[in-house]
Order: sequence, then structure tokens, then C-alpha cells
Amino acid sequence: MNHDFVEKNIGAMLVLTIVAISFGGLVEIVPLFFLKETTEPIEGLQPLTAQQLEGRDIYIREGCNNCHSQMIRPLRSETERYGHYSVAGEFVYDHPFLWGSKRTGPDLARVGKRYSDDWHRAHLMDPRSVVPESNMPAYPWLFENTLTGENTGDKMATLRTLGVPYTDEDIAGAQQAVAGKKEIDALVAYLQQLGILLKHKR
Amino acid sequence: MSSFWSLWIIVLTTIMLIGIVWILFSNRKTKNTGPDATTGHIYDGIEEYDNPLPAWWFYLFVISIVYGIGYLIAYPGMGNFKGVLNWTQVNQWEKQIEQAEQKYGAIFAQYRDMPVAQLAQDAKALKMGQRMFANNCAQCHGGDARGSYGFPNLTDGEWLFGGTPEQIKTSIVQGRSGLMPAWGTPLGDAGVINVSNYVLSLSGRDVDSASAEAGKEKFAMFCAGCHGAEGTGNIAFGAPDLTNNIWLYGGSPGLVQRTVRSGRNGQMPSHKNILSEDKIHLLTAYIYSLSETTQAQE
Repeated sequence: MNHDFVEKNIGAMLVLTIVAISFGGLVEIVPLFFLKETTEPIEGLQPLTAQQLEGRDIYIREGCNNCHSQMIRPLRSETERYGHYSVAGEFVYDHPFLWGSKRTGPDLARVGKRYSDDWHRAHLMDPRSVVPESNMPAYPWLFENTLTGENTGDKMATLRTLGVPYTDEDIAGAQQAVAGKKEIDALVAYLQQLGILLKHKR
Repeated sequence: MSSFWSLWIIVLTTIMLIGIVWILFSNRKTKNTGPDATTGHIYDGIEEYDNPLPAWWFYLFVISIVYGIGYLIAYPGMGNFKGVLNWTQVNQWEKQIEQAEQKYGAIFAQYRDMPVAQLAQDAKALKMGQRMFANNCAQCHGGDARGSYGFPNLTDGEWLFGGTPEQIKTSIVQGRSGLMPAWGTPLGDAGVINVSNYVLSLSGRDVDSASAEAGKEKFAMFCAGCHGAEGTGNIAFGAPDLTNNIWLYGGSPGLVQRTVRSGRNGQMPSHKNILSEDKIHLLTAYIYSLSETTQAQE
């Protein structure tokens, strides 16, 4: 092909550039949207309850995912500390996923049921009270803020359009399930269900 | 992976490989057309020498392509083709686990049949137990195992669910739930204060004796079922002994009242699916040793 042609026709250059760079995505990304391993939930996976869903939004709001990943790689050094490696089917109801890429704090993919509710409350009120060497900030306002549940149903309806199997009853009862609860209760409820389906004894 | 997507990946990858080989060779220039020869392009008076790509650069491309082909033969990449090495992330992990089991399994297994009381005298076993404790237990019970507000001290010889090796092991394996209901509503404000005063009086604390006397009857009604008529506790429910002045949730009058009013919910998570039996055995020995040594010192 004549270089001059490509270099002097910006439209042709654009099209050819897109063709050249799209191969990677077409091969590595596009098939993932259609594979059973990546699109089907693992056995027992349930959509988050209204309260857990609000907890997840608090998790995002407070930026927990900036310091905590939710992704255990299949390496012994990781599974020894955190438990079974993460699999794609665990995240199919996560929109957006919270895998993260930086661990200032530990990975939380399997923190569910690892500590008691009381521990989480003490830890979020003052991390140093239970982990003296921790550099995590305290989140005392979570104990004061109350949820109204005003948007909870809408959030669930939106997630349903993305394929999360919420029923009409789930959505109708969402506000009632959440209203009046403290933010801390929602966040702890969210944390306590993280990654409890897969186990690895070590 | 369905055969459509497998084929999709194989076809596109092959086209891509052929494409880059074609681009590399079809544009290749091997001969210098002259020291000052230019491509003939002139942009704003700037001209471009017409030199071939340096050989090292060209061969770097060739090596990358050969490496890429080699990779696709050795590792899974071409759709459903597994690669001649049969490598997967998961079987690599399984191999690592297996190697570790061979290397470290025996170290834990050697203590498997030794009774806990004997292990509690074994310095090496205790050191291993201490490290596992730091990894798995210290978050709640503290690095020194002395606990904190809401998390029991494991060194004081006082056990909510019993301190025999078997009971400690059961606590680790199955977890424990120490649930105290809220008595605020049935007792009323005055009742809460009276019962709290009575509870404080059980460990010889200085309290308003009239109030404590008034709380005694309520204690028998509401509290004795778990804590016992004398308030000495019951390890079947994890109900604490109230006579020893050890307070899991604080022993100030205010905190005791709060406990009576709102109840408490202590949870120890189960470690059945987290730690192997051999490791739990060693941990049990370490935890058992903590109160043994404390008591020996005292």
C-alpha cells in the first residue's frame, strides 16, 4: 500500500488505525461477554439485599475501594492469607465491579463472616481500637447518618435492567427495608456477605 | 468456550499475525539509496532521509513475532487450544499448594497426635501457634491475647465457653455466639438500674444496697436462667460469671446498665473452613498455654 495515500488522507488513516488497534479488544475482551464462565453466577450467588446494596454504595462513597481490592489472585501467597481465589462468576451482579488495583489495606473479597459485626463496628469507629498498627481512617459519621431508602428501589430497578434478578417485591419493599437504618448497619451487612460462597482451607 | 468464539479468536489472531508480518516485510528497505537520498517528502522545508530501518530494530520485530508464535503453541491462547504445556492459572496454583503441603504439611502433622497439654510445654509448637495466632486471632483478641472491649481476654483463666483443650478447640472450629437479649423494655428504667446494681454487688462492688436488693428479685426472674442463680455464669450459653469482676463489655455502672438495657451480641467466627485441623490443634495448644502460664506466674 502506498504510504502517501495513508499519510495524506486523514479519514483512511483513522479507519486503518481503528482496525489495527481493535484486534486486541476483539480477541481478548469481546468473547468474555458471551462466555458461560464469565457471565453466569456461581452456585448460590444472590443479588444484594436492599440493605446490603445501600452498604455497597456507602463503600463506594467512602472510597473503600481506593485502598482495598476485592480480587484474590490464584497465587498461593494470596490464597494463604485471604482464602479461595476469586472467580468471575462471583461478580456477575456487581455493577460496577469493585476489584480495585491497589492494596493499602488488605483485600476484602472474602472478609464476609471473618469477623463479628461488633468487630466491624469497633473497627470503623476507630480502627486503632482493634488493630493498633492500622493507618485506616475512622468513619464515625456512619454511626449517626440514617438511611431514608428513598432511592433504593430505583437503584434496584436500574440494576435489574443490567441483568440483576431483582423481583418486583424486592423493589417495592426496598425503601421499607432500609428506611431508618444507620449507615453503619448497611455497610456491615454488605461486608459480611463478601465472598462467603467459596472456601479454601489452609 | 463455544466453538464459534474459539474460531473467532483463532481466526483474528492469525489474521493479525499474518498482517504484522506482511507490514514488516512489505515496507522493508534493505539498501541505502545513497548517503544524501531523501524520501522526497518535504513538509515546511523539512526533508526525510531515505534510510532502511536499523537491522537490530528489524530483528527485534522478527523475534517478537517468533516469540508470539512460540507462546501461542506453549500456552493457552488460540481459542480452545490448551497449549502443549497444559498450563492454567488454576493448575499452577494447585501445584503451588501441593508443593507447600509437601514442604510444610509434615511440620504441622508431627504435632497432630500430641495432646494439647503436652504441646503447651513445647517451645517450638508454641512459637508456631503464636504466629498463627498473630495472623488469625490477634485482630480481635489482640497481639497479646488480652482482648479488648467486647473481645475476651484469653490469658486470664476465665472462660466464657470453657477452658479445657476440647472446649477451646470447639470454640475455634465451630465459632461461638454469646447472645444476651435486651432487657430494657421488660425491666423499665428503674429496673435496669436496680438489676445493674445487683450485678455489680455480686463482685463485691460498692453500690446502693437498697437498689441492689430491689434488683435481686428481677435478676432471679430475667438473668438467672443463663447466668445462674448465684450469677456464676454458664459455659453452655457463654454467659459470663458475674462474680469475678471481669467485664467483657466494661464494668462501670453505666456500661453494665447499657448491657442490661440493650443486650449484647458476641460472635466468634467459625474457623472450620479456614484452617486445617493440624493448625487448629497447634492454635489450641497456644491458647491453652496462655492462661496456664499466667496462672503459674500468679
